[in-house]
Amino acid sequence: MPQYPTAGHDPAPQARSKRDYNAISPFWNVIFNIIIGVFAFSCIFPFLFVIMISLTDEQTLAMEGFSLWPSQFSTAAYSYIFQTGGELLSSFSLTLLITVLGTLINLTLVTTYAYALSRRSFEFRGFFSFVAFFTMLFSGGMVPGYIVMTQFLHLQNTIWSLILPLSLSAFSIIVMRTFFQTTVPDEIIESARIDGAGEFTTFVRIVLPVSLPGIATIGLFSSLGYWNDWFNALLYYNDPQKTPPLQYLLMQIEKNMDFLTQNAQNLGSFDAAAGIPTETVRMAMVVLATLPIIMAYPFFQRYFVQGLTVGSVKG
Amino acid sequence: MSAFIKKIIRNRFMLLMILPGTIWFLIFAYLPMFGTVLAFKDFRISPDGFFASVFNSEWVSFKNFEYLFTTNDAYIITRNTILYNMAFIILGLVVAVGFAMLLNELLNKRLAKIYQTGMFLPHFLSWIIISYFAFTFLSVDKGTLNQIITFFGGDPVSWYSEGKYWPYILVFVGIWKGVGYNSVIYLAAITGIDKSYYEAAVIDGASKWKQARYITLPLLKPLMIILTILAIGGIFRSDFGLFYQLPKDSGALYPVTNVIDTFVYRGLVNMGDIGMSTAAGLYQSMVGLVLILLSNYIVRKIEKDHALF
Repeated sequence: MPQYPTAGHDPAPQARSKRDYNAISPFWNVIFNIIIGVFAFSCIFPFLFVIMISLTDEQTLAMEGFSLWPSQFSTAAYSYIFQTGGELLSSFSLTLLITVLGTLINLTLVTTYAYALSRRSFEFRGFFSFVAFFTMLFSGGMVPGYIVMTQFLHLQNTIWSLILPLSLSAFSIIVMRTFFQTTVPDEIIESARIDGAGEFTTFVRIVLPVSLPGIATIGLFSSLGYWNDWFNALLYYNDPQKTPPLQYLLMQIEKNMDFLTQNAQNLGSFDAAAGIPTETVRMAMVVLATLPIIMAYPFFQRYFVQGLTVGSVKG
Repeated sequence: MSAFIKKIIRNRFMLLMILPGTIWFLIFAYLPMFGTVLAFKDFRISPDGFFASVFNSEWVSFKNFEYLFTTNDAYIITRNTILYNMAFIILGLVVAVGFAMLLNELLNKRLAKIYQTGMFLPHFLSWIIISYFAFTFLSVDKGTLNQIITFFGGDPVSWYSEGKYWPYILVFVGIWKGVGYNSVIYLAAITGIDKSYYEAAVIDGASKWKQARYITLPLLKPLMIILTILAIGGIFRSDFGLFYQLPKDSGALYPVTNVIDTFVYRGLVNMGDIGMSTAAGLYQSMVGLVLILLSNYIVRKIEKDHALF
């Protein structure tokens, strides 16, 4: 029986009335909660685990292995990183630079391309839609891309080799075009035109401000892509003399700890090199590289959900 | 011709706006497409630059493909790529839709939101980070799994050199990382379903199970079909990070972890075999293109509205 909300001074029945007629039973609610709760916990557990490992005493770690509650805690890994962490710090700033610069370039390319495609008056729409969407169907593959980057553009070991490959994607264009079409009606653009605004002014002053949620979505997709990218570094940015971006740094220290040892030697502390808490330092690096994402993502998750929903709407 | 020029002039602002993106596509998407001719050449770097290298390399017709397909590798990488992707497509669909439907039914919406936030987390992390996570469980001497095994009196397993476990590990981790993302898409679709369908069903006495079967699933079908076509079109591609980072590029595991993408990368970097790697990449792209066109064609035959294009 549906319950109708009363005058409103009693919120409880009102809240219940909305679902009473068709809600699952408390028993199934518990079961469903357990299933999803356990899975959701399994998604955040590894990160908590890595934090605990990074706080473990190195010798305890060697004896007990990885454990959620070690018998001996230590912050040695973190103090080691902060003492000798020049490499990590410059890696951080390089990654930050790439992320910011890359996202700006990505947004510029995506919004301009998508805006032109969204305008019904643009007579070459069909052709340029095809230019973009065909890249989703067919690609030259890794090797020709590699040759173009290294032999044609000669961008190996420059930060452009980390920025340019991720600067545009047909998927972002679809999301953004759909966004422009649904949030910026032609009438707004027409009226701006009547008021004497040129195409460019209309785009910058009218269209972009109205489309901020869409731009935020694409911007977040893009910055996350840059922050997490290691593949382009693996292919194009592998000069050992150069500071690697964050994820590639983690890749290298996963393979060997030598470079941390070298780092200590550069600082002239040979003794310290022998006693480096290698295993815990690795995990502490993971924690530090992940922290920015973990802290920021509950805030931008909303935009991602929005973006996904818009993107999956057939355009 | 002058009509065409007039058309260009009429659209000059939009053309100007679309120019940067078009240049990007030309250089980073279309130029590599022409680069696939290298699959039919014996690539030699010429001092005169890129185009000279491509033009001066000798034509070898299908030699690179012959070499690729006469090795055992072609069979293994094709089998691995297809089987793993099929597991991801089928299991991924079932798990994502299942979780979306469960999430939608939870009575406490705030709790559901928290679960969703948790499930979404792995999607935001790179494969490098995930590979570290996996290492905490799979490390031979310190890993949690081996601790559990020895606690129960078993022998520790050398995870990074025993191939038989990896199909399960890779499928599990692949699904684990992606399911939050996919279930959000389905959850958005479910919440978009008109509530009056369910109201009518309740009046007709339909149980939850029947509502799921006769309302939710049929209404999700178009989205499931579209996402599955996209996935089938990409069945020849795989997530490089999953197959390269997670097993730590361990040579002992190649038989079960090598997929076309990792094969192409190793061919390029370890052996420097540009011709064969390009051939493998072209094989991948061509089959992918055919598959996406074919599956779209099939869907169009069955239900025109659901087709992608």
